[in-house]
Amino acid sequence: MLRLPGIVFRKEVLDHVRDRRTLMSALLFGPLFGPIIFGLAINLSLKQAISDASEPLELPIVGSERAPELVAYLKSHNIDGARRLATREAALDAVRSGDEDVVLWIPETFGEALADGVPATVEVITDQADRESERKARRARQALDAYSQELATLRLLARGVSPQVLRPLNVDPVDVSTPTGRSALLLGMLSYFFVFALLTGGMNLAIDATAGERERGSLEPLLSLPVTRGTLILGKILAACLFMTASLAICLASFAVTLEFMPLEKLGMTPNFGPGVVAVAFLLMVPFTLLGSSLMTLVASFTKSYKEAQTWLSLLLILPTLPILLVSLLTVRPGTALMLVPALSQHLLLVELIKDEPLNALHVALSVSSTLALGVLLTFACVRLYRREGLLG
Amino acid sequence: MIRVDRISKSFGEIRAVRDVSFEARDGRVTGLLGPNGAGKSTTLRILYTVLKPDAGHAYIDGIDVVADSLGARRRIGTLPHGAGLYPLLTARENIAYYARLYGLEGDALEERVDKVIRDLDIADFADRRTKGFSHGQRTKVALARALVHEPQNVILDEPSSGLDVMATRALRDLVRELRQRGKCVLFSSHVMQEVAALCDEIVIIASGQVALHGSVEAIRERTGCDDLEDAFVTAISRVAD
Repeated sequence: MLRLPGIVFRKEVLDHVRDRRTLMSALLFGPLFGPIIFGLAINLSLKQAISDASEPLELPIVGSERAPELVAYLKSHNIDGARRLATREAALDAVRSGDEDVVLWIPETFGEALADGVPATVEVITDQADRESERKARRARQALDAYSQELATLRLLARGVSPQVLRPLNVDPVDVSTPTGRSALLLGMLSYFFVFALLTGGMNLAIDATAGERERGSLEPLLSLPVTRGTLILGKILAACLFMTASLAICLASFAVTLEFMPLEKLGMTPNFGPGVVAVAFLLMVPFTLLGSSLMTLVASFTKSYKEAQTWLSLLLILPTLPILLVSLLTVRPGTALMLVPALSQHLLLVELIKDEPLNALHVALSVSSTLALGVLLTFACVRLYRREGLLG
Repeated sequence: MIRVDRISKSFGEIRAVRDVSFEARDGRVTGLLGPNGAGKSTTLRILYTVLKPDAGHAYIDGIDVVADSLGARRRIGTLPHGAGLYPLLTARENIAYYARLYGLEGDALEERVDKVIRDLDIADFADRRTKGFSHGQRTKVALARALVHEPQNVILDEPSSGLDVMATRALRDLVRELRQRGKCVLFSSHVMQEVAALCDEIVIIASGQVALHGSVEAIRERTGCDDLEDAFVTAISRVAD
């Protein structure tokens, strides 16, 4: 019974293995797109996070001669004062035009106010709409706050008062999250890349099953063979599944390698994405291939040409992300009902998996069976559509 | 043997085929002749079962094409108009794919594929990918693909369109050989000379209806025209009236 779909399956695989376009998108572009984007994004945010405390910061100061102690204090905290600007107006212009990210202005009255024991004003001139400017300003403000605290402590001590009176509360945040758990926040994004890679892998085959065959003129002779249309479409859908599976596997493996080389520990994260997790993730995602290929084949069968099919299927790539996006906005915890939603259930299970929490067997069973059931249903719909006369276009 | 019994087919408002009946017998070449848009392709598509008739019946070797379409398809080889190949497969792979779907396997499969490659004289390019083949080469491969299971009935839709002189001659030789082997060959064409040169029987079809049906001589007699082209024009204009 499987002989005929098997013949179609083998031919489709051979045909597409020889197709450079399919190979590029299935085995290269689709699976590697995620890891590359992810790697770049993480590297960028790492750079910002790490550079904060350790890098020396150059801070132009207007009127530094009025506060030599403050300047010395800043220097001891790795912030170097520079005398580039003479007036407050010049400083405002420089920040506004973007020539300087942040400038510290010390008014003429600074020394006097300090001596009188009234609050001495300093201005941190910054452009809050500019991330880089705001980041530097934050460091400057933190250093100034610390200096202010230190002065306050000294003043209280000079008056014989314990500095403790200024701290009626001692707020100490205790974080119970594990480095693995923290990484799950970030790695939860991965599920979309996996779905994306998987769908991209079978896209050309799904298009080829109808629009491609029709455009090439090979559909009509194919349909005049003594083989039911259901057999033909089944072989084609299964071939698309194979390519999707390959894409998924490559994507998972390349992510595992990428994460290996990313210094996530510096963000306080330990990615839990070893070979074991990769294998389980693969098994959780694989049922999605049938759904993906039948859905894509279904959509492609309505289109008139290869180009049109490509347009629609590219839009379709977004569809599985919608539930994922919705859930991450609403921060929903994985519940039994959500396991019935394909793409979403895989995403939630994957997050659990990456958090290193035990997977709920019922959830896994529901996810797998609902995804497969919808896949079978859509495959039947494809068979029905393939039987239409309008298929010939 | 192909028998068409009063089939009709409409696409929306357009009545592509109306009450068409004819017979194509074994060991004969039957030509379906008519101007563009006369309903030739629609009739043939019903015969090779990619379309269903709205009314009437058609039989391949006595098998109803609607009731047992798989059975009917097993007994025909078709060359649809502009039949496409898979460009990334070699000619041999294209032919073998169809042979497998026709149910051939193992040694029998190899033998048949080799034989049809010899018969159609395509051995020179049989193991090249069909991408970049000339129109003549493609048509030959598509024909080989249609004949690999040695069907009793052969349906060709405008097989000679776009072929050069040599390829057309080769095609004619092939059709004559099929006739000699007792096959039933039905092909459509809008080229008079071709039909006159090849066919034993002619079905002239115009505006979806059969205008005339008979041997070349019978048609000449009935229209009172010696020249087949005149006979054709006369027959078509009768339908138009």
